[in-house]
Amino acid sequence: MIEFERFTLSNGLRVLVHRDSSTPIVAMNILYKVGSRDEDPERTGFAHLFEHLMFGGSVNIPKYDEPLEQAGGENNAFTNSDITNYYLTIPKQNLETAFWLESDRMLNLAFSQKSLDVQRNVVVEEFRQNYLNQPYGDAWLLLRPLAYKVHPYQWPTIGKDPSHIENARMEDVKAFYTKYYNPSNAIMVVAGDVDTEQILSLSQKWFGSIDKNGHFERLLPAEPEQNGERLLETERNVPFDAIYKAWHMCDRNNSAFYPADLLSDILSAGKSGRLYSNLVMKQQLFSDLNAYVTGDADNGLFVINGKLMKGVTFEEAEKAIGYEISRLCKEPVEPDELQKVKNRVESLMTFSEMRVLDKAMNLAYYEFLGDAGMINQVVTHYNTVTDSDLLTAANRIFSNQNCSTLRYKAI
Amino acid sequence: MLNRNSQPAIHTLDQISIMEPEKYTLDNGIDVYQFDSGTQDLLMIELIFKAGTWQQEEPFSALGTNLMLREGTKALTSQQISEKLDYYGAHLETSVEKDHAFVTLFTLNKHLTETLTVLEDIIKNASFPEQECSVIIGKQRQTLAINMQKVSYLARTRFTSLLFGRQHPYGQTIQPEDLEINDTDQFARFHRLYYHAANCRMLVAGKIPAGFQMLLQQHFGGNDWLRELQPEVHFAAAPSAEKEIFIQKDDALQSAIRMGREMFNRNHPDFIAMHFLNTLLGGYFGSRLMSNLREDKGFTYGIGSGIVPFDHSGFFFISAEVGSQVTRQAVQEIENELNKLCSEDVNEKELELVRNYLQGSFLRSIDGPFALADRYRDVLLSGYDMNYYNQMLEIERNITPRQLRELAARYLNPKEMYLLIAGKQA
Repeated sequence: MIEFERFTLSNGLRVLVHRDSSTPIVAMNILYKVGSRDEDPERTGFAHLFEHLMFGGSVNIPKYDEPLEQAGGENNAFTNSDITNYYLTIPKQNLETAFWLESDRMLNLAFSQKSLDVQRNVVVEEFRQNYLNQPYGDAWLLLRPLAYKVHPYQWPTIGKDPSHIENARMEDVKAFYTKYYNPSNAIMVVAGDVDTEQILSLSQKWFGSIDKNGHFERLLPAEPEQNGERLLETERNVPFDAIYKAWHMCDRNNSAFYPADLLSDILSAGKSGRLYSNLVMKQQLFSDLNAYVTGDADNGLFVINGKLMKGVTFEEAEKAIGYEISRLCKEPVEPDELQKVKNRVESLMTFSEMRVLDKAMNLAYYEFLGDAGMINQVVTHYNTVTDSDLLTAANRIFSNQNCSTLRYKAI
Repeated sequence: MLNRNSQPAIHTLDQISIMEPEKYTLDNGIDVYQFDSGTQDLLMIELIFKAGTWQQEEPFSALGTNLMLREGTKALTSQQISEKLDYYGAHLETSVEKDHAFVTLFTLNKHLTETLTVLEDIIKNASFPEQECSVIIGKQRQTLAINMQKVSYLARTRFTSLLFGRQHPYGQTIQPEDLEINDTDQFARFHRLYYHAANCRMLVAGKIPAGFQMLLQQHFGGNDWLRELQPEVHFAAAPSAEKEIFIQKDDALQSAIRMGREMFNRNHPDFIAMHFLNTLLGGYFGSRLMSNLREDKGFTYGIGSGIVPFDHSGFFFISAEVGSQVTRQAVQEIENELNKLCSEDVNEKELELVRNYLQGSFLRSIDGPFALADRYRDVLLSGYDMNYYNQMLEIERNITPRQLRELAARYLNPKEMYLLIAGKQA
């Protein structure tokens, strides 16, 4: 159970407070409701590039990191398809420095040309390091546009191509900031040995006067139902063939998400998962094989991917995956196996409540989905899933016409 | 009027209280170090064996044995072990370093009896079945082949062999031919020699339930797995005569750079001050290397430096992946930063920044039971207790610019370092 209180400032900033008096560290998490799904198809990778620019100095503070480090704090951030999330931890006696820093970059940025020039390079190097100069690193660059034809999930957060980042201009940066970086488009969570009164007064002091509103409506094209199997074959200089299969499924807020997520656990959570124990250990068709759901705010994907053992053909590999999928569609999962994946959810939840930073991040994310209180009901949602829910979910998701396959061939 | 131009007052952390573990000894002599702390009903139970690559005679013995502990016992198959652990929501991690091997169980307290039974069985009765061994080795072969396509992997592994020599345990890395293994009995042999009570210590952290010590005694405190300690072995390092190495990889978009040298471990009186100096150079986001090569020049997504202490030695390294076209400039800038450290005093402002950062970072690093255990493991394996960190904080508070410059001149002269680049020849 994670208890919290919430209030909203008059400028629309939503604030959540969680008290944990067992730690000298306070976590602050600020989630901006903007991700790569909000990008212009011709300027992808922008939300993530922008995340880098948020460290390039704000209107009154030339450097973000230095004062935070001076106060014994540490921070980082990440961007995904739906959100851009900034987080920090700091000794509780220096918490006000966090309010000072975060409120200033919500107030306005310095927009330094130098910072833009440098961070464009840094992000292009990140693109190379993690996607292009990495065996199998570009698989998702290929899989996304195969699975999504209309919805912006068709490009990854890093962007479609480094040239999009190289071409980013200062005017784009400013427009993006004006539209999305506003108190009413943000959720702040403070977790640690704090009380709500104190956080309310600090929030009013530092964030209360930020008076700007970039009201916008998010109008994203819905991905139409897929009505035919899709296959892409690609050849790369890698040592082994790899396969990626993706099926469309519901969004994170749909109650059908829970059985779908448990299906992925039955296939591949822990070493006793069906894919690992049957296809990796027993049949030795793959050196690794995983199933997972993307869990996005809009309709997401159910993914199975793995690397084939040397000498195994794509046909054999797909047949074996197909067999495991068809079992899920036909045979009810045994009570013990279902209980196993439910126990795992409960255990993961308990471990995730150890650190204030994890709690702050999770609260912010559930608030983004609609209500932070969901965090305390998640385990119940999973626990009430039945074997027949799993059959329904499996039959809904795993049709051939709903499937995109990427054969990533070694040459 | 709100003053947004100046930072709110900073309070320095004068008193950091560091929890010492409770220590006790099981009947067979195993020392247990236990942190009773945390808010959740869960535990981490770790067994530490002197069973690293230092102890092995064949190149894959230490890692192979460790990986295959969970692949079957006299009573349970690999599948049954996984089923049981997963059913109870437990998580088992195994790892091998140069000097030690670790087996760590993360479990909810309410399932402790069941999960501890599995852990005991794995540790004492691992049977290394032929079929599972061959699958695990096959998987390793594929993983290695993929890693060998990564410039970062090539640079990292080759680098230590320059410093210590390919035959030395600290310089040796697994080669594809090492995984053509006929003799699978080596794992059972290694297990018998090194995974036993006399060679074991235990580290426990979390909310300790009543009767826990007795439970540990029942599972791990008997003489049934007490065997004789192996004599200590010694190796002499054979550093490469060549100081600069280039590994060609034609399709690379980036070059991996590694620069560094052999360095002392925690037992050396300069270690803590060197840790401070390393932080300033490349150990945090605002470090000189990051500020210069990333935030000023945009050469790289990330650059860092570190000191890796081993039982018998250690090394210092700088590492980055940089755009192929700027490789030479990047190396030059790294050398400039090292030379600057050797010749110029750090100013008070930067000194204070690093000092405050380190103190905050230390406070974070002892936050929560698992974090405490991590910090304790570091010093335990070097022969210290938590008091080591009090000395560390004291040294950090009093360190001077002159001390840092002298240390740099003694240990961080770029002319005395090895340089390795893996990538496309520009």
